[in-house]
Amino acid sequence: MSRVMYLHIGLVVAAVAMILGLRLLGNEYAWYMGYIILQYVLLAVSWNILAGYAGYVNFGTAAFFAAGAYTTILLGKWLGLDLLLCVLAAGVVSGLLGLGMGWLTLRLRGVYFSIATLSLAVVLQTLVVNWPYAGGSSGVYTLRPQDYLVFGNFSEFLFVLMLVLAFSGIAVAAWIERSRLGLGLTTIRDDERAAAAAGVPTLRLKLAATTISGALMGMAGAPLPYYASYLNPEAAFSLNYTINAMAMTLIGGTQSWVGPVIGAVLLGTLQQGATVTISSAANLLIVGGVMILFVTLAPKGILGLIRARRRKGDRA
Amino acid sequence: MLDSFLIANAVTSGLLLGCLYAIASMGLAVSFGMLDVVNIAHPAMMVLASFLIAVICAASGLDPLLAAVLLAPPFGLLGAGLYRVYYIFFERRGQEAMQGLAFFFGLMIVIEVALILVWGGDQRWVETAYGGHSLNLGPIGLPLRMLFPALMALAAIAVLFVWLRRSFTGRAVAAVAQDREALRFMAINPIRIKTIAFGLSIALAAIAGGCLIVVQPVDAHSGHIYLGRVLAVVILAGLGSLPGTLIAALIFGVIENLTATIFGPAWSPAVAFGLLLVMLAFRPQGMFGGAHG
Amino acid sequence: MTGILARHSFGALASALMLLTSGGTLAQTPSGEPIRIGGSMSLSGGLAGSGRPSQLAQQIWVEDINARGGLLGRPVELIQYDDQSAGANVPGIYTKLIDVDKVDLVISGYGTAIIAPAMPVVMQRGMAFIALLGSGTNEMFRYPLAANISPVGPTMSEDFSKGFFTVAQGLDPVPKTVAIAGLDSDFSNRAMESAREQARLFNIEVVYDRSYPPGTVDFSPIVRSIQSAKPDLVFFASYPPDSVALLKAVQELGLEAQMLGGGMIGPQVTAIKAQLGAQLNNLVTWDVYAPEPTMDFPGTTEFLERYREVAAKQGAETLGLYAPPLAYAQVQVLEQAVTRAGSLEQAAIGAELHKGSFQTVIGELTFDELGEWAEERNLWVQYQGIEGNELEQFKLPGRQVILYPEIYKSGELRTGFPAK
Repeated sequence: MSRVMYLHIGLVVAAVAMILGLRLLGNEYAWYMGYIILQYVLLAVSWNILAGYAGYVNFGTAAFFAAGAYTTILLGKWLGLDLLLCVLAAGVVSGLLGLGMGWLTLRLRGVYFSIATLSLAVVLQTLVVNWPYAGGSSGVYTLRPQDYLVFGNFSEFLFVLMLVLAFSGIAVAAWIERSRLGLGLTTIRDDERAAAAAGVPTLRLKLAATTISGALMGMAGAPLPYYASYLNPEAAFSLNYTINAMAMTLIGGTQSWVGPVIGAVLLGTLQQGATVTISSAANLLIVGGVMILFVTLAPKGILGLIRARRRKGDRA
Repeated sequence: MLDSFLIANAVTSGLLLGCLYAIASMGLAVSFGMLDVVNIAHPAMMVLASFLIAVICAASGLDPLLAAVLLAPPFGLLGAGLYRVYYIFFERRGQEAMQGLAFFFGLMIVIEVALILVWGGDQRWVETAYGGHSLNLGPIGLPLRMLFPALMALAAIAVLFVWLRRSFTGRAVAAVAQDREALRFMAINPIRIKTIAFGLSIALAAIAGGCLIVVQPVDAHSGHIYLGRVLAVVILAGLGSLPGTLIAALIFGVIENLTATIFGPAWSPAVAFGLLLVMLAFRPQGMFGGAHG
Repeated sequence: MTGILARHSFGALASALMLLTSGGTLAQTPSGEPIRIGGSMSLSGGLAGSGRPSQLAQQIWVEDINARGGLLGRPVELIQYDDQSAGANVPGIYTKLIDVDKVDLVISGYGTAIIAPAMPVVMQRGMAFIALLGSGTNEMFRYPLAANISPVGPTMSEDFSKGFFTVAQGLDPVPKTVAIAGLDSDFSNRAMESAREQARLFNIEVVYDRSYPPGTVDFSPIVRSIQSAKPDLVFFASYPPDSVALLKAVQELGLEAQMLGGGMIGPQVTAIKAQLGAQLNNLVTWDVYAPEPTMDFPGTTEFLERYREVAAKQGAETLGLYAPPLAYAQVQVLEQAVTRAGSLEQAAIGAELHKGSFQTVIGELTFDELGEWAEERNLWVQYQGIEGNELEQFKLPGRQVILYPEIYKSGELRTGFPAK
């Protein structure tokens, strides 16, 4: 069996195991906690598609995420659309946003892209705040249905939805890694000018990466209005999403999708744990501090450390 | 009612505001524009300076602008040290694009959270003798709270320009922005020059911090408000052009206040950033930048 | 007058309660399994400025109630997790509290953005839920077991500024024009809406009406535009950073009006009172409590003294005149509802919330069927006689004179802003 088959089967097995295991645990808290961690897994994996594979740093994660959340809100209000359809729509909207951002700035150096994404967050937030139909700064309430299809309760459904989305994101990232897109992105990351000189269609590849990355981030944000029941622009556009996506990926390692997953699970669990045990004023300090430590001392992240160990082991 | 006095006042207050943006951006124009070090923690350092100045002023009764001048040298040393770390771990390894950026991002977060942990989330401010008073030149009102920091900003920028043109180190800094290797041929160590230049950018952050706390009370998150604006100004100007940064900052301030007066303040942020995005789309080198793309 | 009656009958009620719960003797030590009350509270992030003082106030209540014999004879434990001012953390916190920590009772954190995400969780488990300073959080959910501790009542968008405009009718000449400016945010938007509505009712023309985004640095364009419109009244709806900046700009540019103020959150906060000092004179603002003799409810003075002691030690804001009394009232209501229900059965507790009235440190409260205060109690106060920037003077009566509503009125309006 090819590695691809292994990966896909592995993901499905893991998913089923998690659902059954949590059902047995019978504790609804697990669904909530799991949702948040999986959300960060998806955000980190999608952030890494641009950063790790292509070398472009996105400071506007929150903008793409919030665009997904507000797509759900707007479509829910306008057409009464089901959440699943909203998720797909959110992917389209955020994907287009990524495409637009990319087209605007990717002919320039990477740092311009980063700054443009930062501005995007401000512009989008201003737009939403001045848009009464989207709730403006007062926010929007979203009522949850009691249950959904075969699921016992709605929180379980949200968890499974995010599980499917996160694992799909992993599958997409893994596909990119093996594909010509991924190869092209790697050459861009290593030396863009040389790649262009060698005939790699750099702009097209970068646009593909920003579109896919944006779309996944949008889908990560789409269920949020149902999860939190109340959403205002300040919460949706929170800088924390940007910070966490970046920190989790850099701490985990950027070489493959495994890095962001490790980082998200580790940091996400730590943060969730800290919320309900100790005071979390220092929470963000720890995130920032650990990120600095890692980029300074272990720039390839945890994944890099593991691989370095393995190589040493091979040699010995 | 949009009479001409209202417009004239909007333009003047916009210019004063622009001077504040100018001193806030100038440090970043040096580090980002000339040295290619994307220090996104710059506004956070400015806020840190504001907090420290508030403490100094509370303890000594000194004027905050004066305190800022006193704080500038230690901040300069801090900047020099910071650049050394950055150079060793990132620039030398060729990893400034991502890890370097992440380093400064992490630094920004750490500074902000540290400020909250040490001083709490409340605002800090400094009482000045001239706060609350205005200089009235006919129909044009100039609040001293804005005027004095604006004058300080212009003075600091003037000193900066003169130093860059006249002094040896200053000209070396301007040179290193253009061509590091050529500098080596002149037996000048570019790393040393860059260290000095980066230290200078952080010293400018200290001055900006003093101006900031005279204009408004500062809290740990104030940096966010300035981050976007400062980046916008630097890019609007074009990387590497310091006079351009001043002009771009003034334009920014005037546009913001004119928009607020004519259309209402709700749209000011969008106008400013919209301008930035438009500039990036059609003239990415900014108004005065060279071919840096 | 309800205030005075409440004071007299409270004494009787209190002794009766103590006898009931302590089985005849006073100051009993509670015994048995502790009753655990759970909730989230913003101890970090943007809302911590009100979150931390609220927690302090509630911790004081826990000490108080345990000294008085506990709740239903059992000791009380309060478990609060930090939601970091982020609504997304709230559902998880309440699920943990209820399912894992197995708390007996729940209360909300501070503010709409923290209350609303908790609603589906507590509704699903049928728990009684008392909220702190939410605005309209139960409108959508229509949950029958909820109550809200917020003086604005159910009709904020219409009645919030009634006091401001009513008081303004006492000006001579009667005002004809008003300028409205405020922060683009939920609370201030509603405040401005009510200003427009009340202006309409009182036949006052609105000559300026704009909102500004958060992060505005320079308010001189707004103040200048208002100045050029020459309004008789100026109504601001702002949060602490902009309240200060607005008042500073007003002073510098010399804006004058017959009456100036509005739904300005900021002057209530200790640090800002200290900053503004005498600039506050003649400002007419919204408030929830003022240390005036007309508002001295049973337990208020003692609570404030205890709170200030604790706050000073913990480095929290030390006047305690905004969130803390409301947070204390939140748990007082819970205590009385549980005691009347006689058990921890949530439906019974929820039913009690809508019956009768509750005696608290901010006065007597009754709730309508959605849990809002049956009567809005928006206080409108005017700062008078402030000298310099010392904080002690704000604890004295006569500095924050209550002009509205009638039952708490403690002084007369002084015309003109700024004070001459």
